[in-house]
Amino acid sequence: MYRYDEFDQAFVNERVAQFRDQVARRLTGELDEDQFKPLRLQNGVYLQLHAYMLRIAVPYGTLSPKQVRMLAHIARTYDKGYGHFTTRQNLQFNWPQLKDVPDILADLASVEMHAIQTSGNCIRNVTADHFAGVAADEVADPRPYAEILRQWSSLHPEFLFLPRKFKIAVTGASADRAAIQFHDIGYEVKRNEHGELGFAVYIGGGMGRTPMLAKKIRDFLPEEDLLAYSEAILRVYNMHGRRDNKYKARIKILVHETGMEGIAEEVEAEFEATRHGVLRLPEEEVRRIAAYFAQPSYEERPAASAVLERARLADQNFDRWVRHNVSRHRAPGYAIVTVSLKPIGGVPGDATAAQMEAVADIAERWSLSEVRVSHEQNLVLPHVAQDDLKAVYDALAAHDLAAANAGLITDIISCPGLDYCALATARSIPIAERISERFADAFRQEDIGELKIKISGCINACGHHHAGHIGILGLERKGEEFYQITLGGSGDERASIGEIVGRGFSTAEIVDAVETLVDTYIAKRESASEPFLATYRRLGPAPFKEALYGAA
Amino acid sequence: MSAPLSIITGNSLGEGLVVFQTAGGWSLDIGHAEVLETDDALAAALARANADAAANRVVEPYSVEVTRVGARLVPVRLREQIRADGPTVGHSKDKDSAVSEEAA
Repeated sequence: MYRYDEFDQAFVNERVAQFRDQVARRLTGELDEDQFKPLRLQNGVYLQLHAYMLRIAVPYGTLSPKQVRMLAHIARTYDKGYGHFTTRQNLQFNWPQLKDVPDILADLASVEMHAIQTSGNCIRNVTADHFAGVAADEVADPRPYAEILRQWSSLHPEFLFLPRKFKIAVTGASADRAAIQFHDIGYEVKRNEHGELGFAVYIGGGMGRTPMLAKKIRDFLPEEDLLAYSEAILRVYNMHGRRDNKYKARIKILVHETGMEGIAEEVEAEFEATRHGVLRLPEEEVRRIAAYFAQPSYEERPAASAVLERARLADQNFDRWVRHNVSRHRAPGYAIVTVSLKPIGGVPGDATAAQMEAVADIAERWSLSEVRVSHEQNLVLPHVAQDDLKAVYDALAAHDLAAANAGLITDIISCPGLDYCALATARSIPIAERISERFADAFRQEDIGELKIKISGCINACGHHHAGHIGILGLERKGEEFYQITLGGSGDERASIGEIVGRGFSTAEIVDAVETLVDTYIAKRESASEPFLATYRRLGPAPFKEALYGAA
Repeated sequence: MSAPLSIITGNSLGEGLVVFQTAGGWSLDIGHAEVLETDDALAAALARANADAAANRVVEPYSVEVTRVGARLVPVRLREQIRADGPTVGHSKDKDSAVSEEAA
């Protein structure tokens, strides 16, 4: 893992001290709300529906057990005993008191964490594939590049007041688990025909009220040009992005209105002017950062574990969990474990302090002291020996963390919605809970197979509904919540934006509507191995519309 | 149908908690809110609330329409019902449950 150097630590400590002073001045009335609001937002503090909310950055979703324990400590000491993992690999606390926030930030700084740039019109936390460094299909670990981008973008003086927020994601594999085509910039690490490392570069993707897939601006950008090219994109956006209308201020609108050709021309010109300067990445610096993410020393193990096979035969629940929550690891005899934060009927992404501590203990004992956060609001144990999977499963099960549903219909992404969020127009968590309960049966879930349901409580789409195989958008009409369904969205390498299927559904109707869609899929699929999305892409919306609304 | 009733709400500065304006200050309990039945009463209450915001006792006060249901005051909009009652789901449903569960 990356470790703060003296510069990083001093910088974060100074920021804590600065914000402590700002909070003190707010509490004594020296600063009014108008003056204070931009300052608190720059430190991740929102004022939500019920209370302040603190959003903590988890750079590229990587955490040490020590950091996870600190999050548990904060949850217990300053909040209500739990935290909420978000769709951007971050963690939110829903109930901190303003007067405690400086102490919370000091606690975070002591474990090399902060909340800087988790809000505001700046470059936000850089996200990455949650299987980075361990995925069997990876070209290279994306996290060193994400870390280099983090260092470059942290308090970058030119980019602290952008037209709107700016999100960058990096994936190291052609199978995209970081949804890079839904980001302002998406980098895919790849090798060119000479075997050299670099990136395919996508820009202009995003969700929100105007969802757009990113377009490829460069098929291959050499590794050494990562920062110069990023700076060129940001500079063009900062100059030309609209500031007159916040709903048209993201780079996706600029790309859409100007056209890719015009943008690319400007970016390339800007890049040409800067690429030979200080932003060129020295090879040794890339390798120095990469060394922090070096492969741990795995024990030599046979590719298949007899211990695991015996355990699977002896326990069908464990066997089911292995089928869905365990992924292939690049090292022989190891596995990647997805820890589901989606218990049946639970709040997607919530973890109690006790659960966080259990995960920290398990990671320390069985996962080479590393934990990841996925944008699908789950945790990941990236380095588990196959021989240890049963012990890990038992330890997780003891803390209600062993739901065998990764990638299945109950592995629902949901934003906090109207239960917490000041922007929301409808509740999303209760819908997630009810769908989860409706499809609780493990055999039924397994029969349905891979199906991503994503729920947003407003048009801002924090619940990624545009990328849901079944997307649900909560809106308000005449004081009543109602829910619009989109179908066919996907956040992977074959990214697509879901299409609205028809009129919306009431709170009472929405779960039945989802079940109708699922039953239609089951009836229409070619075989049990054809997933929902493939069936939808093969047949289009017609049979689903007919099932929901009757023949036209 | 009677004219809409209003109350004033906001968040407390230090804690961020939802508060309701009473005749003499602010309360966490919507049941203690001062009910404003006329435009003049509403304007006067908002002026007091804004003065409290300027004095940093409360953050971003605004008025909310309510109805009387029996002895209770119920906001018209769901958003405000949820603000008054707390989240309808999950770990915060009972404001103390998560903490006591952790302590147990």
